Amino acid sequence: MRNWLLPEYIEDILPAEALAIEATRRRVLDRMLVHGYQLVEPPMLEYVESLLSGSGGDLDLRMFKVVDQLSGRMMALRADMTPQAARIDAHLLNRNGVTRLCYAGSVLHTVPSGLTRTREPLQIGAELYGHVGLESDLEIQQLMLQSLSIAGITQIHLDLGHVAVFRGLVKGAGISNELETQLFCALQSKDISGLRDLCDQLDKITDKKVRHALMLLPELYGDKKILEDARKLLPDFPEIQTALNELESVASELSPLVDTLSFDLADLRGYQYHTGMVFAAYAKGCPNAVALGGRYDEIGKAFGRSRPATGFSMDLRELSGLVKPAPYPKGVLASYKKSDKSLDKEIERLRSEGQIVVINLPGHQNDQDALGCDRQLVMDQGVWKIEKI
Amino acid sequence: MTSITIALSKGRIFDDTAPLLKAAGVIALDDPETSRKLILTTTREDVRLIIVRASDVPTYVQYGSADMGIAGKDVLLEHGGAGLYQPLDLNIACCRMMVAVPDDFDYESAVRQGARLRVATKYLQTAREHFAKKGIHVDLIKLYGSMELAPLVGLADAIVDLVSSGNTLKANQLKAVEEIMPISARLVINQAALKLKYKTIQPLLEAFSAAVKS
Repeated sequence: MRNWLLPEYIEDILPAEALAIEATRRRVLDRMLVHGYQLVEPPMLEYVESLLSGSGGDLDLRMFKVVDQLSGRMMALRADMTPQAARIDAHLLNRNGVTRLCYAGSVLHTVPSGLTRTREPLQIGAELYGHVGLESDLEIQQLMLQSLSIAGITQIHLDLGHVAVFRGLVKGAGISNELETQLFCALQSKDISGLRDLCDQLDKITDKKVRHALMLLPELYGDKKILEDARKLLPDFPEIQTALNELESVASELSPLVDTLSFDLADLRGYQYHTGMVFAAYAKGCPNAVALGGRYDEIGKAFGRSRPATGFSMDLRELSGLVKPAPYPKGVLASYKKSDKSLDKEIERLRSEGQIVVINLPGHQNDQDALGCDRQLVMDQGVWKIEKI
Repeated sequence: MTSITIALSKGRIFDDTAPLLKAAGVIALDDPETSRKLILTTTREDVRLIIVRASDVPTYVQYGSADMGIAGKDVLLEHGGAGLYQPLDLNIACCRMMVAVPDDFDYESAVRQGARLRVATKYLQTAREHFAKKGIHVDLIKLYGSMELAPLVGLADAIVDLVSSGNTLKANQLKAVEEIMPISARLVINQAALKLKYKTIQPLLEAFSAAVKS
């Protein structure tokens, strides 16, 4: 056993990248803070039931679990911080108006969510509770776009969906839960032939209009035109019309801010807990979405207080992989001098300016490369000066 | 210019796909059977083909190394297909996933008695799900090829394999006793590619779709 080997999909982050990730984390959090989002730090692990509340079991098999030696109950390491933020809003803060929360921290997944992805994403996100309506959807999406641009992602493709369309079709159509799950899977992978088989099974239960509409959903993706198509082709249920109107008005606000914008009415990611508009940001060079979010009005109910909610999150590690990190900044080398007041004062001055000053400890004068310095402090006519090495 | 990479395997899938690609104006400039190249340029400057093993197609597409790919339903079921769109059944390379047993084996009564079957197959996921649905206990034996041999030498009671003509089964004194599902080749698309390269992919998709229907 080579005991220095790391488990699969678990990695160290080395200095240049670590610095870039930390800088992005700080700047994104600063941006969220000035928008009034308050920072919370939920625990790394808590009881399984609490982490699963409201997410409908989506996360169950993705969480590492341990037995709590104090209570004998099962605990899990968080795989997503969204339910934790929702718990805090529902139970601890107990505010009635609008609450804005943000968070950043590591989460753990038992299986990587994609082939190239780590099992330890560094999740950063913002959630807005207590407001129903497009204004909050817009605010969250604008904040997501700003955060991505802070992270160095310049060309963003925004994809908008709305789970109310599928919900509207399924509701009242007398479709069993099992069949609904199968329909959901077929739609999610745009598996049209699989969907056709399922709709044949629906033959007896649902009316033709709904079956026809379900078959159309996987093809309703693309630019603005598909909203018109959807209006014409889908049944005029009020929830579907509302959903289409919402998509249209959010798109018109956001399209100047992004590179390209599209719609996908069969995008049902997180269908188990999302209730309204969902969105995903894509960037060049990344085979999956770089930031995700949406409205999930029911999640707080599991914690005893149902609150409207919308939010987004992204993985800082993945984002840093898309932007080439700047080379690690070089420092200033100072030789070790015992009780040299003027040297100490100069070093302190430089450090308070944010400069890296490295003391060359005695006995290592020959391995200066490892210290990462390209300049040094020298005494020149009674004054400390910086000169190139 | 947005360029598109399509992953597919040589042999039957490549031959059957060629007419569909042609309908979209894509003709490979090399023949994968004779050329040793793994990346084939085509008559369309913005489309290239990569030749990979059939079971690797979903992996290349999921990673985004290829934007689209052509893979059998059997391969997709084993892979899981997570993160892929599979919008089009190409109706090519059609065959059936079947359970087969030796001519003298009474499958029906073995199943009725609730016997524990030993099943040799390359398709573990598909076999596991099929027998679980029927409520039969099975021990699965993973093989990489020549499944027909397993029952003949006492390695397994039954096999799960793709059957097209049934001649291999017949030649080895086996009979197909149950169809699990019909299999055909699917077009798979990387989810991000469909969003980011929509303008290039959508016309290709429409051309394929029209060619399949005709």
